[in-house]
Amino acid sequence: MSAHLSYLLRLGDSSLVLGQRLAEWCGHGPQLEEDIAMANIGLDLIGQARMLLQHAAALEGAGRDEDRLAFFRSDREFRNFTLCELPNSGLEKGHMQSGDYAFTIIRNLLYTAYQCQLWEALQSSTDTQLAAIAAKSLKESRYHLRHAADWTVRFGDGTALSHQKAQRALDALMPYTNELFAPDAVEDALCAQGIGVASFSLYASWTSAIEAILQEATLKMPANQGPSTGFISEGKHGLHSEHLGFVLAEMQSLARQHPGATW
Amino acid sequence: MNDTTAAWPLWEVFIRSKQGLEHKHAGSLHAVDAKQAVQMARDVYTRRMEGVSIWVVPSEAITASDPDDKAEMFGPMEDKIYRHPSFYKLPREVEHM
Repeated sequence: MSAHLSYLLRLGDSSLVLGQRLAEWCGHGPQLEEDIAMANIGLDLIGQARMLLQHAAALEGAGRDEDRLAFFRSDREFRNFTLCELPNSGLEKGHMQSGDYAFTIIRNLLYTAYQCQLWEALQSSTDTQLAAIAAKSLKESRYHLRHAADWTVRFGDGTALSHQKAQRALDALMPYTNELFAPDAVEDALCAQGIGVASFSLYASWTSAIEAILQEATLKMPANQGPSTGFISEGKHGLHSEHLGFVLAEMQSLARQHPGATW
Repeated sequence: MNDTTAAWPLWEVFIRSKQGLEHKHAGSLHAVDAKQAVQMARDVYTRRMEGVSIWVVPSEAITASDPDDKAEMFGPMEDKIYRHPSFYKLPREVEHM
């Protein structure tokens, strides 16, 4: 697999898997209005995934389309960041447990803040298709960040229980953000061609953006060793947590039972 | 859905469309405060490009006419068709006014 293809799958699969996770809230949100808001955000992410996977499929030139990539690859072939596949219920509970909204919101905060920085930088990619996708997605991600930041402040600066849940989610999720910024051969190759962005260069500005929101939310930035020396999950290399298989089983079952079905 | 809805106040939402000059009532929603109500209104009422501007008003701030007063409030207007501007002869150039 070319580095270029791997890079597009990394971004496309991350949007797809997180979009699928957010879709799990549909009909189960804490409030009707918020249920619609979260479904909208999930759909935006799936829209980003569609564009990125379409571009990846065209680049691959093997006759696959975005649906083929989404619904007929196994977990080891997915290149999403591990952060995006973690269950909505948090890490302590099994995948069948009901969702923890603080965990969902904090994950969105951490990832969409990253997406904002990434899309901003990718607008000047030499891959003009990717640059166009970045420009379109940036507007969406800015709203997603605003939504997540708003709830983060309400949870953090809310009741003792909401504060505790938000802090617990933050502590659990922060180590998984290292993967977003850790350089690897794929990214190095893409940077050399002017296609990709050295995500480590975004780390300082991402950290200060998150810190500003946490401060307003009266939450503490967890002691995290960061991408240089800390734990680095391996989702972007196809080595996933035990959770991705369950996400894919649910997401892919219909397409696999009725291949080529349209509706 | 759980029962937190009861604690969240109701807001009336007004949307101005791209071509529209005025904000029109679009519906209502629950939100904890005005800032969140605007955000919720964006997601609930403008997801199909319905608008470019949103107003929200606490529903309790609206004073409505009493349905029981309908007869005296609106009844007297029923036989005053001369208040409609439909008795003027329009020049032929002004069609469909």
